[in-house]
Parts: sequence; structure tokens; C-alpha cells
Amino acid sequence: MKKAEEFFFKLLMKGATLIILLCLFSILFTIVMKGLPSLNWDMVSRIPEGGFYIGKEGGILNAIIGSLYIAGGASFLSLLISIPIVLYINVYLPKNSRLTKLVRSTYDILFGVPSIVYGAFGFTLMIALGLKTSMLAGIITVTFLVIPIMVRTMDEVMQLVPKELNDAVYSLGATRWETSLVILRQVAPGILTAILLSFGRGIGDAACVLFTAGYTDSIPTSLSQPAATLPLAIFFQLGSPMEEVQGRAYAAALILTIIVLLINIISRILNNKLSKHKI
Amino acid sequence: MAQESSIIVKDLNVHIGKNHILKNINVEIPKNKITCIIGPSGCGKTTLFKSFNRLLENSTDTRIEGKVLVDGSDIYDSMADVTAIRKKMGLLNQRPTPLPMSIHANIVYGLKIHGIKDKKIHAEKVTHYLKVASLWDEVKDRLDAPASKLSIGQQQRLCLARGLAVEPSIILGDEPTSALDPLSSKWIEEKFVELKKDYTIVMVTHILRQARRIADYVIFMYMGEIIEHGPADQLLENPQQPLTKEYVKGIIS
Repeated sequence: MKKAEEFFFKLLMKGATLIILLCLFSILFTIVMKGLPSLNWDMVSRIPEGGFYIGKEGGILNAIIGSLYIAGGASFLSLLISIPIVLYINVYLPKNSRLTKLVRSTYDILFGVPSIVYGAFGFTLMIALGLKTSMLAGIITVTFLVIPIMVRTMDEVMQLVPKELNDAVYSLGATRWETSLVILRQVAPGILTAILLSFGRGIGDAACVLFTAGYTDSIPTSLSQPAATLPLAIFFQLGSPMEEVQGRAYAAALILTIIVLLINIISRILNNKLSKHKI
Repeated sequence: MAQESSIIVKDLNVHIGKNHILKNINVEIPKNKITCIIGPSGCGKTTLFKSFNRLLENSTDTRIEGKVLVDGSDIYDSMADVTAIRKKMGLLNQRPTPLPMSIHANIVYGLKIHGIKDKKIHAEKVTHYLKVASLWDEVKDRLDAPASKLSIGQQQRLCLARGLAVEPSIILGDEPTSALDPLSSKWIEEKFVELKKDYTIVMVTHILRQARRIADYVIFMYMGEIIEHGPADQLLENPQQPLTKEYVKGIIS
């Protein structure tokens, strides 16, 4: 009886594990199979030309650049906001103070807010500020989306820093700010992970940029211009009845996946480098 | 007390949350001696020790009353400069805590934050203090290697060198040998004995034999109170209080 029980649960665990592996594999398989035939150099080097959306010449360079700009800008902005937050709750405030708990539950709630809500919020804010659909509005909205992700990831690694390290730095006569800088060095790999996680999330989100960044066939040259994004390029082309255009949607998805994958690989390499001094 | 005191504690009471952790502590730590704070777990020895360089106030709900005089001035005075107080004391933790930097940068760090920027002075101090900590011969060819790559025993010696480089007058050790192998522990003990001519050393320990080996002065704590304090041989060999007797004999631990 015990043996059967053991066998059953082991099978259950193996099955569940298999599902997640299959999941990743079949997603990649679908994108590659459907996207690869349409993927060519034109796709990544040219912007849409006349009749692109009915299957004629051109590429999605506009969306690639737009997405990189928006995700990059949003990651940078949210880095400027996240680092002070995590330093404040981890180094300046006493451990488990009321404010610390409040900040942690706040970002947990924000973490769970669906991105379409951020999109709607960003849209309202955009109108209130008198902005038009633009790259800037897109960056601001995506920043809202990724701040909780960034703060949470950084906070998790900061909480793992041994308290003795703070004490050791303080006892050399360091101020809190100087101590913060040492802590940042210790958690540098974690900060990198947080940035890249946010970037990956930001570049893939459609709902945030739908109302705010707009869409254009040209490459944006200023923050006040609208910007195309990869998720929307997928969205618009997938809705087309033409098979050729649908294939391009999958190719766009493939490009997006490759970008995210590349970021992942880069982060692993940098992570090893940054971990050199970690204690 | 006939001899000079380095730290004088007057009517110190510490509350953390609703708990009264330290109760009416009055004690003097003699200068240029090794003072061991002993007592069972949770007796407040670490709290007392942390009150000496104001590390306590980094936790929530801590209330500190009373005075701690270091070289004659009250460190809990509202005008006191907390970084200057801490600079006077080198800290050795239970587990060595090298900074996430190279061996060289670990020692230079303290100098830099106190405004010494001259690279030549840096190099001199690194050499000098690594020699004091007897680490120089082992690391002189790899000063740029990460400190985390050293063995635990070497890391603790590096932490000692780093602490001494900011030129404190007091060394605080929080069970500094508890994570080390027997040889490294022995080395730290011998180094402390050697260093006491220049520094006042205060050490928390739960190892009675360690206190017997190196202490000049012993403070015995129990449930947040100092039960007895006095010269080591007197307290350890001929304790006056029943609780101290039981602890020293090993009846309570």
C-alpha cells in the first residue's frame, strides 16, 4: 500500500514537471514553425512600406526599436525609483518597522495589478498631463508596471544580506549612506537580475502601450512621437485574414522571444562577473 | 577601581519591545586588558556588547536609558557623533564578514571613508596591518583577489586587520572564534593577548575555557543582569555569588 502511494505521488510529480517542460517546448515549437518561414533580413532591417499589412514589402524595425526604447527607458526610470526605495526600507528603517511592512504590502498589491489597469491608468494620466500618445507616455506607463517587479526582486536579495555585514561596515565608522553603497555592491548581481527581469516584462507587455504609446510605421526620433512596439505588431498582424501577414506576426513573436532569451543569457554572464566579490 | 577604565557603564537599561533585556548595568571595562563577558544564551551579553558601539539602535523598538562613557564622554549623548564612536572600536563578528571587495580594498575601505585618499598611505597601511594580523605572507601575491576566496580563518584575520586599520582603541569580539577551526581560534586568542598592550579588548564568549585562557577581567551575566564581575582568576576560581559558582562549575550553562 505504501509502495503504491509512493508510486502514485511520484508519477504525479513527474507528470506535472513534464507539463511545464512540454509547455515551453510547444510554445517555442509553434513560434519557430510558424514564424521562421516569414523571418528574413528585411523583417529586422526595414520599416513597413506601402502595403506591408497586406503582405507586401517591409519589416518591423520600427517595432523592434520602439520596444527596446520603451522597455529600456522604463527599466532605467524604475531603477532610479527602486534603488532608493529598497535602500530606505533595508538600511535606513529599522528591521520590520511599520513603514517597512506598509511598503512591502504596497508593492505586493501593485505586483498583482493587471497590466491593462496600468494601461488605463497611464492613459488617464496622459490626458491629465496633456500628453499625446507618445513614447514618453508609453515609458511612464511601463515604468509603473515594472517598478513593483524591480522593487520586489531587489528587496528579496537585500533581505538575504547578513545583518553582520551592516554591523561590520558601521563599526568601521561608516555612515548609513556609505553602508548602503557597500550593500549595493553585495547585491549587484541581484540588481542586475531585477533590471533584466523588468526589461523582459516591459518589452513583452501589450496592454500598457496599447493606449499610451500608439503605433507608427516610422522609427521614433523623439520622446513626444508615438512609437510602435513588438507586442502590438504581433497583435495587429495576427488579426489579419491573410496568411502571409499572420506568418509575420509569428516572426515578430520569434524576434521578441529571441530578444528576451538574449537578455537572459547576457544576464547570466554578467551575473557571474558581478558575483566575484560577493561574500 | 585602581586602574584606568576604558568603558564605563552607568545604570544602563535596555528594552527591546516589551522585553527588559538589560537591567541596571553598572560596570567598568579596564583599559589594556582582555575582558570576557560570559553567561548562558539569551542572558544579554551580546546586547550589552552592542550597546558599546551603538549598534543596538538599528533595531526596532529599542529603548536605551543610562550612560556609556567611552574615554570619558557619553556615547548616548544627543550631541555624540555615532560614526566617530564606532571608529574607536574594531568589531569582530561570530562569522567573519569581509566586505564584497578585494583583499586590498577591504583594508583600504575604512581609510577611504575617513578621508585618507593617498595611494601610498593605502599601500603602507595594507602591508602593515596585514602583517599585524599575520596574513601578509599568505596573501601578498594576490591582494586583488576577492576576500570571499580566503578561508574562514584567513577571513577573520582580514577582518581584524581591516578593523585595526581605522586605528581604534578598543577591539570588540562577538564570539570571534566560534565559527573557526581550532588552529585559527588559537591564533585569534594568542593575537588578542599580544594586542592588549595597545588595545582594550572586550569579548563575548560562551566558552568558559576560553575565558580561563585569556581573560584578565570577567563579567558574568544572567537573565539581563550582571551577577558578578571582577578579575578573571578571582571570578573564575573563587566566585562569590551562588549563580556564578553554578555557572563556573558547569551546573548551569
